[in-house]
Amino acid sequence: MTAVRCIDLCKTYRQGEEDIKALDHVSIDIESGDIVCLSAPSGGGKTTLLNSIGGLDRPDSGEIYIAGQRIDTLSKSGLAELRLNHIGFVFQAYNLIPVLTASENIEFVMQVQGRSRGERRDKSEEILAEVGLAGMGDRRPAEMSGGQQQRVAVARAIVSRPTLVLADEPTANLDSKTSDELMELFIRLNETHGSTFVIATHDQRVMGYARRLVKMLDGRIVDDIDQQAA
Amino acid sequence: MPIEVRLAWRNLWRQPKRTLLTTGAMVFSNVLLVFMISLQVGMYGLMIENGLKVFTGHLQVQAPGYIDDAKMRLVVPDAVALAGKLRDVDGISAAARGSTFALASSEDRTYGMAVMGVEPDHEPDVSSLPGLIGAGRYLDAADAAEIVIGKRLARNLKVDVGDELTLLGSGLDGSFAATVVTIAGLFETGIPDIDRGIGALPIGHFQDVFYMGDAAHMIVAVAPSLEAVPAAVAAVESQLPADGELVVHDWDALVPELRQSINADLGGALFMYGVLVVLVAFSVLNTQLMSVLERTREFGIVMALGLKPGRLGRLVLLEAALMGLIGVFAGAFLGGLLTLYFSVNGFTYPGLEEMAAQFNLPGRLHPEVTLLSLFAGPLVVFAFTLLATAYPAFRLRRLKPVEAMRAA
Repeated sequence: MTAVRCIDLCKTYRQGEEDIKALDHVSIDIESGDIVCLSAPSGGGKTTLLNSIGGLDRPDSGEIYIAGQRIDTLSKSGLAELRLNHIGFVFQAYNLIPVLTASENIEFVMQVQGRSRGERRDKSEEILAEVGLAGMGDRRPAEMSGGQQQRVAVARAIVSRPTLVLADEPTANLDSKTSDELMELFIRLNETHGSTFVIATHDQRVMGYARRLVKMLDGRIVDDIDQQAA
Repeated sequence: MPIEVRLAWRNLWRQPKRTLLTTGAMVFSNVLLVFMISLQVGMYGLMIENGLKVFTGHLQVQAPGYIDDAKMRLVVPDAVALAGKLRDVDGISAAARGSTFALASSEDRTYGMAVMGVEPDHEPDVSSLPGLIGAGRYLDAADAAEIVIGKRLARNLKVDVGDELTLLGSGLDGSFAATVVTIAGLFETGIPDIDRGIGALPIGHFQDVFYMGDAAHMIVAVAPSLEAVPAAVAAVESQLPADGELVVHDWDALVPELRQSINADLGGALFMYGVLVVLVAFSVLNTQLMSVLERTREFGIVMALGLKPGRLGRLVLLEAALMGLIGVFAGAFLGGLLTLYFSVNGFTYPGLEEMAAQFNLPGRLHPEVTLLSLFAGPLVVFAFTLLATAYPAFRLRRLKPVEAMRAA
């Protein structure tokens, strides 16, 4: 089953006097349960593609489907619903809410979803244990290391069992050991929950974990490698 | 406690100094509002009480039409007896009073004056004028040929206590009325119109001179308090004959200018309060705008997680509401304590006591703590706090997650 389908996406930014083509007729299908890496040098278009798939940004033209539903025509509110219930995000800078504890950060999404207090607490404890942070739920982000914060961010992204997890440079601020641990966590969660992972990165180590590697340059897909077959 | 409330509360204390300053401004303005409004309520009560105490009373029984055109023939029949009957009503003081105009002549001069016929025994219960005798004494017999007049009138007529005055006027039947009365005392209210234009005779003599029979022009009555006036009006009405020959007017109808002057004063005060509230609202606007601007990136993140802009706006409103609630309760509490202290001990300023003593009035103001004076001001500040936050909250609706997350 196709989790993500992008058809002929174009997106141009104006930078000073210059038009930058962030997406140049990009088409891609991503199968459910896959782990795909989007790799490109800075400005290559990987973050724009990731944001477009996540409904954070709109392409100038083209169509995007998530689990068969066209999303590029959805309203702001419709996109928010989609992100809340179907997509989990992991950002480069962790982006946890600083005044909330780890548990509260995880529960926050579930609260917005309208889950009960008991369910939120149970799931939060369960997912913290799953990402290796059992007993650290009452710590605030400032009291945790970068790797721990990123694990909380991953826990937050997957706690409501999204069909799609989008990660933008998730290891950029982590050392190599922590990066490996995070990628192993991604693999484990992918196997356990069946979520599709799309990871934008230019980290070679991260690319090594992906089943599929999509290389981009100047807003275009220049290579698409099935790493399992290779 | 829901996470949103926890989040709002903790967000407030990210910048504790800023929050404390803004909340402090709210609390200060609320304390000021509670005290000022309470003082005003107390002062208006005093203004009304003292304004009515001199002459008018809380209510009057009159013949229909007398209030608009005080004609001699519009009388209250058997007035002294009716006043006695009204005094039997629990809590009500009442006295009959006649009123007309006459020319007052001394040996040297003649002046026009208003002449009242009063019940010497009961007039002190409905009027402060008997207590303002500065020379001589007040009237003490119901039918003696004596008079008390204002000091200014005495000066104008060049008379003093013990001198005689000749009064010339018209009787109830239109005939010529005249009498010679001895000046028993001189009063000084400090109100020029009263001090130079009014005199009071015992009602028995008044009725004889002006051919009133047993009639007078009004029964002046006083209730235990201003709040008791509506009930007193109903009680007095129930004692009147049902033929509609007599009507009851409360003080609001008798002295509409009193209410007008209070309204004018209130208008000025409301303007001042408005300025204070707007200043606080701008302080809140500044705080919330800063707070929203510096959290743009964070707002982008929570939008990316699926929070809708409307809900984000509600979060910012919730933060302001929490701050506003602290302001309301701390302001009402501290303002209430301050006001309570002064309501017990009174409040004065240099010169007030001397001025008030001159008018036979209490020299200390007592602010009146009521639910209205406690919460009216703070709740308006609270409403303006939310209003001031509406703009920063509305700005969030236009926020785009990707651009917001790029913010520093």
